[in-house]
Amino acid sequence: MITLEAISWTAPGAAFQLREVSVEIPANSYAVLMGTTGCGKTTLLELICGLRQPTTGKIWLEGQDVTRWEPRRRGIGYLPQDLALFPETRVRDQIRFSLKMRGQRDGEDSVQELISELGIGHLLDRFPEALSGGEKQRVALARALAARPRVLLLDEPLSALDETTRSTAAELLRTLQERHRLTVLHVTHSAAEAFTLGQVRLRMDQGRVGPA
Amino acid sequence: MRRPFWIFLVVITAGYLAFWFLLIAATAGFSTPQAWLETLVKPEIRYAAGLSVLTCTAAAALALLFAVPIGYLMARREFPGKTWIDAALDIPIVLPPMVVGICLLIFFQTPLGRHIEVMLPFTYTIAGVVLAQFVVAAAFAIRTMRGTFDHLSPRPEQVALTLGATDFQAFRHVALRAARRGMLAAFCISWARSLGEFGPILVFAGATRLKTEVLPTTVWLELSVGNLDSAVAVSLAMIALAILVLVLVRTTGERV
Repeated sequence: MITLEAISWTAPGAAFQLREVSVEIPANSYAVLMGTTGCGKTTLLELICGLRQPTTGKIWLEGQDVTRWEPRRRGIGYLPQDLALFPETRVRDQIRFSLKMRGQRDGEDSVQELISELGIGHLLDRFPEALSGGEKQRVALARALAARPRVLLLDEPLSALDETTRSTAAELLRTLQERHRLTVLHVTHSAAEAFTLGQVRLRMDQGRVGPA
Repeated sequence: MRRPFWIFLVVITAGYLAFWFLLIAATAGFSTPQAWLETLVKPEIRYAAGLSVLTCTAAAALALLFAVPIGYLMARREFPGKTWIDAALDIPIVLPPMVVGICLLIFFQTPLGRHIEVMLPFTYTIAGVVLAQFVVAAAFAIRTMRGTFDHLSPRPEQVALTLGATDFQAFRHVALRAARRGMLAAFCISWARSLGEFGPILVFAGATRLKTEVLPTTVWLELSVGNLDSAVAVSLAMIALAILVLVLVRTTGERV
């Protein structure tokens, strides 16, 4: 479950504000947050991840107050809009990154399962520059899921894909959410995506969030 | 209407490059290859060349050691007074070289400087040559590394934090890996800058033959005794080294 309790945030120079955002997303549900470009959707995801600190309010994940926690302790998988694959790093090392950082030696089996689940076994020796848009997305998903997150935050994950790949990717996201029992917050400006995927639909407007 | 404009720009570019080509060609044509060889086998010249390569490498490595963390900090964080710190980092670039040498000389006459010299003597020593080269080269390395990190998106490092990395791990495993070419460029630029350093070395480390003499010092020493052939031969060797470094930087894909 993701609970935001009166979260506020002001951009440097007060150019933009999030105003007392309060949202509750039930555990294991697929929530979609809609809003126009520049309305603060990405900032909200960064606040949940811990990449920005709210000026006021609290962030709860699975019943724990994580507001002051470092990003690495929050158990969040984050896919930014550009996917942010690590440059100069082969796919196999991207996927094993979280295991390496946490010194885990028992995660190899689940990594292998993810690789076959996402059908990226043939990409393991490639660098990000040699991947298509759809392949990059599957690698980024594998990298995020290898850390066994409780929550998955997706920032416009389908916007860069063509029509055919988009419907396959949407199907994949829904399957992964169910199979891994994830709480997903998916940000988009597409109403069609929201209605296809969202069990919970939210809209952000002028720094506030409400039901769509 | 567009064509004359572009032809004009091509003429300016060609004229500028021709000017440099003529300078180098005139220098190369001043003496014979026989005279170059005779100069380059002299023990003091070989010593100066060896010392130059050694000190430039040490100064560039040291510069990179400082430039990477400073460049990362300046590219990634906002903090009060950042503009002033940014300007202060450029001081060695804008200071006249002789002034850098005088500053070093005076610093090592202060109580703190003398204390340091008890442990590791710098004034008129090879360590002093490295320090004089480092002081200026580091500023160029910092500028290069800052530009490198500025051009790299911070997003992958942020994602690394959500994947269990500490700030240091994200820096080491993601940012440094992505900045490899920039680091090579910063090293090469520092190395080339150190190779041409003369003023601070002359003032701070001296120009003692077979002790603190590096290639620019050789050119000056040879000129001062009227030995033009030797000065030209050493100058050509330095030009060749500089071009080699430039080619190396360009082939790594980074612009100097």
